[in-house]
Amino acid sequence: MKAIRNYVDKIKPNFEKGGKLESFNSFFDAIETFLFVPNKVSKNGVHVHDPIDLKRTMIIVIVALIPSILFGAWNVGYQNALAYGLDRTLLENFWVGMIKLLPIIIVSYGVGLGIEIIMAQKRGHEVNEGFFVSGMLIPLIVPINIPLWMLALAVAFAVVFGKEVFGGTGYNIMNVALVARAFLFFAYPGQMSGDSVWVLNLKDQPMVDGFSGATPLALLNQTGTMPSASLADMFFGFIPGSVGETSVLAILIGAAILIFTGVGSWKIMLSTVLGALGMGYIFNLFGINAYMGINPVYHLVMGGLMFGAVFMATDPVTATSTEKGKWIYGAMIGILVVLIRVVNPAYPEGTMLAILLMNVWAPLIDYYVVESNVKKRLKRIAVK
Amino acid sequence: MSLFSKKNIELLKKPLNLDNPVTIQVLGICSALAVTVKLKPALVMGLSVMVVTAFSNLVISLMRNSIPPRIRIIVQLVVVATMVILVDQLLRAFVYDVSKQLSVYVGLIITNCIIMGRLEAYAMANKPWPSFLDGIGNGIGYAVILVAVAFMRELFGSGTLFGYKVLPKALFDAGYINNGMMIMPTMALILVGVIIWIQKSYNKELIDKD
Repeated sequence: MKAIRNYVDKIKPNFEKGGKLESFNSFFDAIETFLFVPNKVSKNGVHVHDPIDLKRTMIIVIVALIPSILFGAWNVGYQNALAYGLDRTLLENFWVGMIKLLPIIIVSYGVGLGIEIIMAQKRGHEVNEGFFVSGMLIPLIVPINIPLWMLALAVAFAVVFGKEVFGGTGYNIMNVALVARAFLFFAYPGQMSGDSVWVLNLKDQPMVDGFSGATPLALLNQTGTMPSASLADMFFGFIPGSVGETSVLAILIGAAILIFTGVGSWKIMLSTVLGALGMGYIFNLFGINAYMGINPVYHLVMGGLMFGAVFMATDPVTATSTEKGKWIYGAMIGILVVLIRVVNPAYPEGTMLAILLMNVWAPLIDYYVVESNVKKRLKRIAVK
Repeated sequence: MSLFSKKNIELLKKPLNLDNPVTIQVLGICSALAVTVKLKPALVMGLSVMVVTAFSNLVISLMRNSIPPRIRIIVQLVVVATMVILVDQLLRAFVYDVSKQLSVYVGLIITNCIIMGRLEAYAMANKPWPSFLDGIGNGIGYAVILVAVAFMRELFGSGTLFGYKVLPKALFDAGYINNGMMIMPTMALILVGVIIWIQKSYNKELIDKD
């Protein structure tokens, strides 16, 4: 640790004003503050700072994502082995998935951080660490077969139009990772939905007869029949789907980390789940078609609802910030997810759209929560 | 006064950049989103609006001293509507396929804010010739933005320009796919935004101070 500190201090003058590598100042600053908590002292205003700054917070989210990443990598290999009738060990499956997943992660980070560094340098800011989490979330919510150029384009679009035009990290109104996914979803629907995109395909081999790469959600949406996978399979995540979202167990471990460290809001997670369950029960009461009649618990384990609820709805920048607002925001996400899934035949999955929609509504919810509080307190004065 | 004095040239030049009807005055956005999927309809639409704006300006400017102020909007509408019907008939006669693609949007030129805006702001108070030039200038300013947006949308959304395939087949074989988002009006709005962004970063005086 000491050696790194000494080395960083030694090369620092090169990057400061007038140094040889001045134009890489933002990049250097990003690395330095990533490695060490910055020892900057405030000159006015508040002098006591929490040592857990934005970078440290973001790293906790990455740690919480690790179970999903590891399981996702294994599941890519596992689904691939199932589809082609291959006999592989657990480690081989993991290896196959990891080799396919790594380039996606590298492209996501490379493009996103590249744009951030250029923007920061141009505007004279330090590099914001907001993309650390987005860059890891994006690979986890796309199909494994996504072409890398498409991903690069989507990441560039999301960082520029989802974040930088609003002023950078902390000013974006919509979740950056979901903007990237929405871009892919609308621009290249053929690569983002259907039966063949979710399972890593080997070009030169035929699939096993009778194997369907459709996700349980797609099956329900298209045919109205219950998927063959059992509830336990879906809970543990042995089903086709986007890389990180299949295993509810891995997501729950992440959720525990987020809640324990106080980084993610348990209110949003819980209210999203309750909202989805509630809407599921309401549809059960009607029960017009098979989809409306399914057990609401299925909504929780299929598709990206849990992943979205834990890692995306809780994004502190785009979620509501009042406590009462969090309940409303989460519940509305849950309700909308199930509503879109069941009622809209064009979109088998509603998590992305529901969260993006509620991101836009979040400031309004906050505004009315604050207003109602002001009104309540004014009334108290009036009575006296 | 000569026909193309410095002041008159300025009438033609200003709407192209510093006073562009779409990007600076933010008028006529609706049709800019609707007709810019392909280049050809966008170009025809731009030309139609230019003709209508120019001749409505001319006619209203000729009549400006005899129009009672209280019914001026009605008079303006009658003139604009006449021009639009003429343009519509011409389009049907000579470019029927484009006319069908544009469908209601030719008729909706009547409600295009640029035209009413120029009539109220310029033609009602100026001589016929400058008014005509003002109409031409604003029409070109509108058409330029439409063509620029349509160029990007057709190139990346369909891989064609004026209906001809311009992207090489090798690109598609290598895995390139047309961007479906470009076909949607959403992307037209974002592209107009990008044009405003570029324009304002070149012309610093256009940036709002607050």
